[in-house]
Amino acid sequence: MDVSSHDVLLVGGGGAGLRAAIAVSEVNPKLSVAVVSKVYPMRSHTVSAEGGAAAVIKPGDSLDDHAYDTISGGDWLCDQDAVEAFVREAPEEMLRLEHWGCPWSRDPDGHIAVRAFGGMKKERTWFAADKTGFHMLHTLFQTSLKYNAINRYDEWFVTRLLVDDGQVRGVVAIQLASGKFQAILAKAVILCTGGCGKVFPFTTNANIKNGDGMALAYRAGVPLKDMEFVQYHPTGLPFTGILITEATRSEGGYLLNKDGYRYLQDYDLGTPEAKPVLRSMELGPRDRLSQAFVKEEEKGRTVEGPYGAVVHLDIRHLGEKLINAKLPFVRELCLKYQNIDPVVELIPVRPVVHYMMGGVSTDLHGATPLKGLFAAGEVACVSINGANRLGSNSLTELLVFGARAGRAAAAFASEQKDSWGHVLAQAMDETRRLEGDFLRKTTGRESIAGIREEMQRSIERGAGIYRTGASLIEAAVTLRKLQERFRNVALQDHSRTFNTELTAALELSFMLDVAEAIVQSALHRTESRGSHQRTDFPARDDEKFLSHSLVSRNEDGSFRVEYLPVTLTRWPPGERVYGR
Amino acid sequence: MAEMITLEVARYRPEREREPTFQTYEVPFRKDWVVLDALNYIKDRLDGSLSYRWSCRMGVCGSCGMMVDGEPKLTCATFLSDYMPGPVRVEPLSYFPVVRDLVIEMTDFMVKLKSVKPWIVREEEKPTSEGEYLQTPDQLDAYKQFSMCINCMLCYAACPVYALDPQFIGPAAIALAQRYNRDSRDQGSEERLDLLSQHEGIWACTFVGECTKVCPKNVDPAGAIQQYKLTSTKEWFKSFLMPWRAK
Repeated sequence: MDVSSHDVLLVGGGGAGLRAAIAVSEVNPKLSVAVVSKVYPMRSHTVSAEGGAAAVIKPGDSLDDHAYDTISGGDWLCDQDAVEAFVREAPEEMLRLEHWGCPWSRDPDGHIAVRAFGGMKKERTWFAADKTGFHMLHTLFQTSLKYNAINRYDEWFVTRLLVDDGQVRGVVAIQLASGKFQAILAKAVILCTGGCGKVFPFTTNANIKNGDGMALAYRAGVPLKDMEFVQYHPTGLPFTGILITEATRSEGGYLLNKDGYRYLQDYDLGTPEAKPVLRSMELGPRDRLSQAFVKEEEKGRTVEGPYGAVVHLDIRHLGEKLINAKLPFVRELCLKYQNIDPVVELIPVRPVVHYMMGGVSTDLHGATPLKGLFAAGEVACVSINGANRLGSNSLTELLVFGARAGRAAAAFASEQKDSWGHVLAQAMDETRRLEGDFLRKTTGRESIAGIREEMQRSIERGAGIYRTGASLIEAAVTLRKLQERFRNVALQDHSRTFNTELTAALELSFMLDVAEAIVQSALHRTESRGSHQRTDFPARDDEKFLSHSLVSRNEDGSFRVEYLPVTLTRWPPGERVYGR
Repeated sequence: MAEMITLEVARYRPEREREPTFQTYEVPFRKDWVVLDALNYIKDRLDGSLSYRWSCRMGVCGSCGMMVDGEPKLTCATFLSDYMPGPVRVEPLSYFPVVRDLVIEMTDFMVKLKSVKPWIVREEEKPTSEGEYLQTPDQLDAYKQFSMCINCMLCYAACPVYALDPQFIGPAAIALAQRYNRDSRDQGSEERLDLLSQHEGIWACTFVGECTKVCPKNVDPAGAIQQYKLTSTKEWFKSFLMPWRAK
């Protein structure tokens, strides 16, 4: 078995991973960094983010305002010390990206331009037209090319963390092009693998978002935090799930029901005005808007389309000029994928799974409870997003916490010796598992797609926008059965070279673990908060649940859900008020 | 009985066969399906051994470029309905070595990309505490188009120069060099010019403009190449007319 070793290893080469890799090199250029990614870094899902990234830069705005918006948007489940660090470091990180060449949209005088975003009471969202994530990712990737200490393992798929004596020592990975297995050892490992939207049937997430890092950590005994909090973005295109950015609404778009009525006014989100009003109506937070859609559907006031109910997003009144200047990608996506022109037509939209507030439990420096293991970006739960993330906080989070995790991992790695413990035996075990359970196994009658589709249906039915104890138990039972059936999966492809059936099977296995973690966490939280709405427990319960859930799996396969109090600093829990 | 369409898909499994072959699959025709949806149908229900790259399914990650009926396309943005009644031929991008099936080898591009120094080069970096570099919307427009490249490789698969000379640095890498050359914050254009001048291939480009025609993001790499040639020629003449300026 081939073995290589580095000081710091990143799993994932998206925004968080690349920012972390650069941070390691900035702290200590002598440290050898490895970026191990199952896709070429510029294919990472950061590329799909559209609307923008929040940071206080304009006069009249303040760090406290950004913190308050984030905390109230998160229904008081955010750790306030983490939020304070986040808003404080956000402007510098964003400026650094400007210095690295990010093509931010500008005011006429050449300063950074900002736009409004949902749940934010000031305009503080930096944007690069409506391809912000794309430009941020390519800027980070191209900038990373000048650091010679950054070694890339492009298209290497990580299958397991190597842990010895209570400390992470590296990973086992498959080089897709050759199919060879390799132990890549490291003194510190940072997980930056993003979210897990593909657990659900209808998502904005790319095909590669399978919760890899969450499952890798979970299997190594690291708890996952706040997994019950899944964000549905209110405006996805039906069938494809392609995201229509919130920026359509911050530029002044309306959400209309089948009668052409701005229905959000019926859900305590304010009164309709012609021009957008901050923290009101269409600029309310995503959880509340997606929930309003479900209620509107129950009232029979949505429009029936070929892929279920939709409402309409109307941006016609913004005019072609503004749409082309500020929302060109929205127009392109509508024209190319939906065959409609939003300059003259209504856009059909429905809520779509978009983002995972929960993830691998970390402290403010990205450190997980497992020594040497760090996490940053969507895979992690620090937590700044609480029970509902505000749009435009996640791109900034990549930078702030990617950089923090990179610096912390560099400091940690600098103090470690080259001692790998007994991990090579573990790596050999993993090789045998991959061969025995997949590549050499010829029996089995279950198909990957069959189990995957059943998992997706089951979790949407049981743990969707509204959940109940009964729906969650049903999903838990189904997922257990699917875990059993997964043992009986058979591959048709037993070859080594770029075997995407093998990676699909491994991804499905990651997703089944993550799906169970979501359902267990949701089952135990008997209250409603932010994106977690239990119709059997409709009220927020600060007495019992002003705390983060931590789900772990015991040796025998049973689950353990524990709680950790939320850190409050200056903002006592209050009512979430929008539009009044 | 649902309407069907035939896909003729290039297969190449280096552990099993020496030469690429074609395999035929019948898939349901749906008017809102793109070629990638048909490939996913094959992968999930007919033949798990077919390999190809894809990710975002919204035309921005750049993974799913393939030849569709002989033309380089993003398969997530190419509707089956445009090829009815079929058959549709799906092959790996032209002019690249094939790893397997529809997966091409693209490390060559990764090396070329790095060689053009696609990052901001400055003699002196100002600290972030001094704020942003000012850049007016007009200055942004000067390079914005070239910054839209998603590295999907369609332009290489359409490039007659790259077809003959794999050393040619190629349309996307040149467009990305121009993206930085034209950025008001950058001071590295001379370094990049020196690097690009070492590549003969660029003079072989006859402005056929195939790269620009197939670009799914309207980057206009052909325009970038012409701009570069013009600058390069000017510099060359200047080195004769004003030898004290020459490097």
